[in-house]
Amino acid sequence: MYQYDQLDQAFVDQRVAEFRDQTRRFLAGELSEDEFKAVRLRNGLYIQRYAPMLRIAVPYGLLSSRQLRKLGAIAQRYDRGFGHFTTRTNLQLNWPKLEDVPDILAELATVQMHAIQTSGNCIRNVTADHLAGIAPDEVDDPRPYCEIIRQWANLHPEFTYLPRKFKFAVTGSPEDRAASEVHDIGLHMRRDTHGNIGFQVLVGGGLGRTPIIGQVIREFLPLPDLLSYLDAILRVYNRYGRRDNIHKARIKILVKAVGIAKFRDQVETEWRAAQDISPRLDMAEVERIRAFFKPPAYESLPDMDVAAGREPEFQAWYRYNTRPHKVSGYRAAFVSLKAHGENPGDISSAQMDAVADLADRVSFGLVRVTHTQNLLLGDVKQNELYGVWQELRRLGLATPNIGTLTDMIACPGLDFCSLANAGTLKVAHQIQKQFDDLDYLYDLGDIEVKMSGCMNACGHHHVGHIGILGVDKHGEEWYQITLGGSVNGSTTLGQVIGPSVAQADVASTIERIVDVYRAKREDGERFIETFRRVGVKPFKEGVYATHSEAA
Amino acid sequence: MRPILKRLDLGAHERREIVQDDWTYLGEEGAPTAASAALIVPLADLANHRGYAGRLGVRLSPADAAEDLGEDVKRLSLVAVTFPSAGEGRGFTQGRLLRSARFGFKGELRAVGAGVKQDLLFIMARCGFDAFELAPGQKVEEALRALDRYRVAYAPAEPVPSVKLQRYHAAG
Repeated sequence: MYQYDQLDQAFVDQRVAEFRDQTRRFLAGELSEDEFKAVRLRNGLYIQRYAPMLRIAVPYGLLSSRQLRKLGAIAQRYDRGFGHFTTRTNLQLNWPKLEDVPDILAELATVQMHAIQTSGNCIRNVTADHLAGIAPDEVDDPRPYCEIIRQWANLHPEFTYLPRKFKFAVTGSPEDRAASEVHDIGLHMRRDTHGNIGFQVLVGGGLGRTPIIGQVIREFLPLPDLLSYLDAILRVYNRYGRRDNIHKARIKILVKAVGIAKFRDQVETEWRAAQDISPRLDMAEVERIRAFFKPPAYESLPDMDVAAGREPEFQAWYRYNTRPHKVSGYRAAFVSLKAHGENPGDISSAQMDAVADLADRVSFGLVRVTHTQNLLLGDVKQNELYGVWQELRRLGLATPNIGTLTDMIACPGLDFCSLANAGTLKVAHQIQKQFDDLDYLYDLGDIEVKMSGCMNACGHHHVGHIGILGVDKHGEEWYQITLGGSVNGSTTLGQVIGPSVAQADVASTIERIVDVYRAKREDGERFIETFRRVGVKPFKEGVYATHSEAA
Repeated sequence: MRPILKRLDLGAHERREIVQDDWTYLGEEGAPTAASAALIVPLADLANHRGYAGRLGVRLSPADAAEDLGEDVKRLSLVAVTFPSAGEGRGFTQGRLLRSARFGFKGELRAVGAGVKQDLLFIMARCGFDAFELAPGQKVEEALRALDRYRVAYAPAEPVPSVKLQRYHAAG
């Protein structure tokens, strides 16, 4: 993985010193609430419902064991001994003390980490495919380019005070595992006919109040032009994006308003005119960064069937929680943060420590964070999977449910977040309880449930096969259900099935939805495929007809 | 009179000075009326001042397009860019554009408004600003230090003397 040099280290150290001084000035009354807000958000610090919340950046979801151990130690020392991984692959601490945050950031800097631009109207943490570098179908590893974007974006002099937040995702595979079409900018790695690397560039995607799928602005952007072209997009957005209404301020609204054709013209014109201030990438610098992502020293091993003859529990874990690797003899293994009865994405300090140790033993000391709020050991020898499973099971991190209904995404909701309308965690536990039978889950197969506690859609509900959105109705929590959303393959937005349901009825409503699927599915058909074939109507009938009978 | 923080002799031997403002805004109370006074007019009033005998400057609001300065940009001695609040970031782009080859503005690029506070001075300088009309209450000594807060920068931008480590120079 990327290692800071003197330059990178000096930057984060100076950033910590700056924030320490800003915090001091705020506590001394020299900075107003509003002034402090602008700078604390750009250092990941929110003031939440009960306490401050610190969102620590995990750039493109990659952690070294040393970093994960440090996160565990910080959560232990400054918080309540656990953290929460988010859909941007960041780690949130829910109970730090404001006056401790400079010390926390200083500790992070000792392991080459930071919380820079994890919130605020600026360029946020860049995400990537969690199988980057190991996926069999990959064009190229996207992470070097994520790192280049990370560096370019950090304290960008021109784009640190944008109309609204700005999110990038980069994928290196034809299959989009990074939800890139619902990002402000999605970059898809491609090769031209000469084998040169470049990017298909999508712009104007996003979830939130107005979900929109990104559109192609450039079919092939040569690598040397990457940052100059991003500069041009950001400059057009910074100039013309709306600032009068926070709900209309994302780039997707601008692109929609002017149309992709005109927006493309504006960007291309700006890009050509600004070559003097937005230079082409220095390819020697690109090579320097690429070198950090060279494949580790894999052994030459044959593929083997390690599940044969083992107990059914291991076979289930192998089937659901591991993924193929491009190198024979290896597989990727999920660390499930979706144990039934736990908050999705939560992990304790002790677990962080233990996973770090495990990564050192079996996966070159690296851990990946997925946007579905799990961890992944990317490079496990197949003959070590059984031992990995035993260890993860001991840690409560081997729930064999990845890709199933209870591998759901959920934001922290009302329990922590001051924007939320709804207690998503309570609902998550309700669903886990209702669908606790693994054989039943396996029979239902691949179903993505995504839940957000408010319109901001941190839980990606619009693109869940089953989406759940918490809404406030006269001070009560209700839940709006959408069906048919997807981010794999062609991105689709879910359709609302009807009136929202009471909190107590969410899990039973989902049960009725999957009953319709079970009744309608044809051989081998996944939930999303059945939905696309039969449409929303039978699901509507299944949910609401039964409802009125019961009433 | 207003104190202005100025960066002078830009380059390796940049120095800073606090000077009393010798510019006057159009319509400002107590404005000198001598024909040679240095005058800053809003963009909308530029056309009426083309024949102005003294030094002429223009003040841009966030929504103004730098392009609307047209050919006049060549004879302006000053452009004041407005940062009315901490969150308003269009002025950074206005500054960068004015300093780019497209506009080639070499005069005083001044940041003005309630958002001109110490925590933004470093990135303002990197966008090409060389004069700062500090918001009320800003401490001059702290502002001077803030200009040199970082010695590292990533994205290419206007050079500032404190930055000794910089990535992504133009490809050779």
